[in-house]
Amino acid sequence: MSAKILLNSKEIHIILHRLACQLIENHTHFKNTVLIGLQPRGIFFAKRLVTILRNDYGISNIQLGALDITFYRDDFRRRESPVEANKTTIDFVVEDKRVVFIDDVLFSGRSIRAALTAIQSFGRPTEIELLVLIDRRFSRHLPIQPTYKGRQVDAINQEKVIVQWKDNNEKDAVYLINN
Amino acid sequence: MNQLSVQHLLGIKHLTKADIDLIFSTADHFKEVINRPIKKVPSLRDITIANLFFENSTRTKLSFELAEKRLSADIINFSASQSSVKKGETLIDTANNILSMKVDLIVMRHPHVGACDFLSKHVNAKIINAGDGTHEHPTQALLDSYSIREKLGSVKGKKVIILGDILHSRVALSNIYALKLQGAEVKVCGPKTLIPKYIESLGVGVETNIKKALEWCDVANVLRVQNERMATNYFPSTREYTKLFGINKKMLDSLDKEIVIMHPGPINRGVELTSDVADNSQSIILNQVENGVAIRMAVIYLLAQQIERK
Repeated sequence: MSAKILLNSKEIHIILHRLACQLIENHTHFKNTVLIGLQPRGIFFAKRLVTILRNDYGISNIQLGALDITFYRDDFRRRESPVEANKTTIDFVVEDKRVVFIDDVLFSGRSIRAALTAIQSFGRPTEIELLVLIDRRFSRHLPIQPTYKGRQVDAINQEKVIVQWKDNNEKDAVYLINN
Repeated sequence: MNQLSVQHLLGIKHLTKADIDLIFSTADHFKEVINRPIKKVPSLRDITIANLFFENSTRTKLSFELAEKRLSADIINFSASQSSVKKGETLIDTANNILSMKVDLIVMRHPHVGACDFLSKHVNAKIINAGDGTHEHPTQALLDSYSIREKLGSVKGKKVIILGDILHSRVALSNIYALKLQGAEVKVCGPKTLIPKYIESLGVGVETNIKKALEWCDVANVLRVQNERMATNYFPSTREYTKLFGINKKMLDSLDKEIVIMHPGPINRGVELTSDVADNSQSIILNQVENGVAIRMAVIYLLAQQIERK
C-alpha cells in the first residue's frame, strides 16, 4: 500500500477560504440558505467552513444541519458488511430554502443521489447546490456534478482518497491511497 | 458490531447485549425519522412482509404494520379469524402458501408456545415473534427497556418491578431476560398463585407486598391480569386483586421518590392502575407506544439486512 499526499494543511486552508468566499458570492447574507453536512465525514468539513464564515467573514446567522443517508442508500442488502447509521440533525425548515450539501469526496455520486431523496423528507427546497473538497471526476455512476469544488482529482477506481481533519484528532490532509 | 447475531427474532433469550445495543442505536435513528414531516424511508422497498396474527392484537399489529410501512415494505395481513385455519389448515401449510407469494419476512403472533421457533425451522423466511402464547414477546421487552433507557438514561443498575399476572405473561418473561442482560435488578410482584414456582432461577426476586415493591423500585412495569388465559380462579375477586395489587395515586404520593410507571397495554383502568396513575406525568405508557414503532423498525431493518438478494 502506498500513500501520496494530495493536499497538505496549508493547501486545505487556502481552499477552505476560497470555497467560503465562493459561497458568500452566491449567498451573500445566507438569509435564505441552509448548509447540510453529509454524515459521517462531510460534517467535519461543513463545521470548518461555518467557523471560517463566522470568524473570518462575520456571517453569524448560518444554519447548519447534518444529514444521514444510510436508509436511502441504493446498496442495502448488496454490501458485504452493513453500514451503520449516523445521526441526522436538521432543526430548521428546508421548505423554500436554498440548500447547500457539503461532503468531503464526490466519487460515484450515489451518496448525493441518496441525499437528494433524503432531504425531501424535510420539505421542498427551492434549490440544492453541492460543495465538495475533492471531486473524483471520471468516477461518476450518475449524472451529478458539484457546484463548488476544492480540488479535482483523477484517480483510478482501485485508489482511495482519504480526507483527514484536525477536528477529528488528525492533522488536515488529503491522501491518495493505492492498495 | 453492525449486524445481529441471530437470524430470526424468536425471543430475547437468544440475543446478546451487543444485539440489544445495536437495536437501540438503530431505533434512535428511526425515532428521529418518524418525527420528520415525511416519516418514511425507502430501505425495504423490495421486501415483502406477512403479518400472521393467529391471536387477537390491536397495538402490536398496528405498530408492526406502521413500522413496515415507514420502511416502505410491501405488506400482507392475515388474521386467523378470517382464514383457512378455521377450515383445518396446518401452520406450515398456511405459512408455505404465503411464502409462495414471495414473502421475505414473517411477523407472527400465535397462541402456542414455540410456534415461531417451529416456523423458523420449516420455512425459508425471517421470523419475528410478535408473541407466542405465554412464552415471549421480544419486541415488547425491547421497547420497554428502550423506554426506561430514554427516561432514566440507562437500564443498568435500575431496579425494576414487574407487577401483576407473571404466570401468563410473555411480556414478563421477555422483560426479565432483557433487563437482566442489561444489568438491571428485577423483582416480580403479584398474587403467589400468579407467580411461577421457579421464577427465582432466572435471577429475579419475588415480592408479594406491593408497598414494599414500590418503595424498592425505580420503575414499575404493570401487567394486565390475563383472564382469557385462566382456566381456573387464581384469586378470589377482581376487587380483592385491586385492593392488594392495584396502584393508585395516593400510594405513589406516599413514596419518598418518583418512580416510573409502565404498562404494555391494554390497561384495565381501575384494576391494576387507576386512571390518575395511568395518565400521570410519571407514566410513560404513551412513550412506550411511540417507541414501539421505532424499535420494530429497527428489528425489521436489521433482520432484512441479512436477507439474500435473489
